[in-house]
Amino acid sequence: MKLKPGQALVSVTDTTAVLVVKADDRDVALTCGGREMAPPGAGDVQRQPPVGANGNGTLLGKRYTDADGTVEVLCTKAGDGELALDGVPLVVKAATPLPASD
Amino acid sequence: MLLDMAADGFGERVVSGTRADGLTAAGLREAAAGGAALLRAQRASALVYLDVNGPVFPAALFAAAKAGVPFVPINYRLSAEQQSRLLANHPGATILTGSQREAVSHAAYGPTHTVLSTQDWITRASAAGRSAPLDGDEGRDPAVIIYTSGTTSEPKGVLLRHDNLVSYVLGTVEFGGADPEDASLVSVPPYHIAAVANAITNLFAGRRCIVLEQFSGAQWVELVRSEEVTHALVVPTMLARIVTADADLSVPSLRSLAYGGAPMPAKVIEAALGAWPHVDFVNAYGLTETSSTIAVLGPQEHRAAVTSDDPAVRARLGSVGAAIPTVQIEIRDVDGVAVPSGVVGRIWVRGEQVSGEYAGSGSVLDGDGWFDTRDEGYLDEDGYLFIGGRTDDTIIRGGENIAPAEIEEVILSLDGVDDAVVVGVPDDEWGQRLEAAVVAARGATLDPESIRELVRARLRGSKTPDRILVWDELPRTETGKIVRRRVLERMVQDSSAATA
Repeated sequence: MKLKPGQALVSVTDTTAVLVVKADDRDVALTCGGREMAPPGAGDVQRQPPVGANGNGTLLGKRYTDADGTVEVLCTKAGDGELALDGVPLVVKAATPLPASD
Repeated sequence: MLLDMAADGFGERVVSGTRADGLTAAGLREAAAGGAALLRAQRASALVYLDVNGPVFPAALFAAAKAGVPFVPINYRLSAEQQSRLLANHPGATILTGSQREAVSHAAYGPTHTVLSTQDWITRASAAGRSAPLDGDEGRDPAVIIYTSGTTSEPKGVLLRHDNLVSYVLGTVEFGGADPEDASLVSVPPYHIAAVANAITNLFAGRRCIVLEQFSGAQWVELVRSEEVTHALVVPTMLARIVTADADLSVPSLRSLAYGGAPMPAKVIEAALGAWPHVDFVNAYGLTETSSTIAVLGPQEHRAAVTSDDPAVRARLGSVGAAIPTVQIEIRDVDGVAVPSGVVGRIWVRGEQVSGEYAGSGSVLDGDGWFDTRDEGYLDEDGYLFIGGRTDDTIIRGGENIAPAEIEEVILSLDGVDDAVVVGVPDDEWGQRLEAAVVAARGATLDPESIRELVRARLRGSKTPDRILVWDELPRTETGKIVRRRVLERMVQDSSAATA
């Protein structure tokens, strides 16, 4: 699917939820626990078992990105699954905060 | 969503109010959920906040979001007539107001409005929150409507959507990035975009937010010390009051001081930098239409500017810094064509946080999503933005935007007045102060003091010119437009002659 900044997605294998912060026009598969993430609401219907190796889970408030930084998602609910883009695990992005301006 | 994250991430942390009796993130979520349930039960079309800033403010803001109705903070100092005009735009709204305020006569409320005291509302919302569903909100829905005064006297309602605000927060703040001991002191009024932005960014960072209802320089330093405030936001007028206050200025807990809202007089910022060498100063520039900050001059740049021998680096103390990473800034000429660095033009801005949308009249963004700020300025070679002044004639007195047309209209309506102009004269304390020039009708004699009294009666103190001069005529172009620049020159000349 094409990702769009501002889009919310939930995992179908665990409690993870994300918000897309950055994306490009590519058609990609954003997965959590090895299964493609779904629009909110869809994850509640029938939780499915994860597929393949499943990492250490997601952390609330962390930003996850791919190697070249074209896709970035914010974890809005933590879970046990691993986020991946087209099968490649996403990594936690280091914080580069601006000075508090307001 | 942002509030839910905060409640999940650090639910027991006090995020609003004093350490002793403030709201925790979990408590705030409960109050917001309960407040949303009340709004739904009342079938409210909007939540109007007509009170001083206080710990209830973020609960009201998030309750409106959860209920899917806009949050509309309105200036509680406006006259009943002005308030009633704005409230008429929001039939069916629930209105929160301070019971003890000079506030509003009941004439200001319409028959469809539900009026509650802020205190009653939070008590009921917190109680209802124990049984209300906690989720809701978001997307392209209108989140906030904030009234600004443009060039004309009628305020425009700037509409910010959840998308705009979320983009601003995610672009500038790290979730839970604050230390548990951090506390932020907010001194801007609740109907200012900075108050709304603050409530959300501090919550997302996990930083406790406290507010000063009535500003005085001495009270500000005292509160910073007693609540061990680490971060604060002021407008230039407030900083001028603080550094000249007859009080102990020591603020050992303070680490970061952000300022914005109006041009900062060099004298004031240099005094502050001298008084508090341990504090990080941050200059933020933004508009209501851009969901707050779009450019930031950071702490290192402040220190570098003060200590540098390079005139270009020193000059940066007078800039508002560089665009934040999620926003683009471009300077364009009158035809909308981009100009090179160093050339003054109109400031245009683009980014997800930029709304450029007005309630009732729609978006003013161009085809590519660019917004014309109507501010003038230039970018230096390294991308530092310098603001030259307002394209329009809006006067910014102590961070408050004042449209001269509104005051001129009142003066012109007085007996014996033939012509009138109001301009902002540079002022160390207020940024700009109001001065007016009037021309008497044939055969009439004008008394400046009685004109001031009449203006004060119709508008309010902050919109009353500090000085009114009687002139034979006003400088006008051949097409009849007042040349405000010439008015200002003559007034400044008059003042220096008077004090010489």
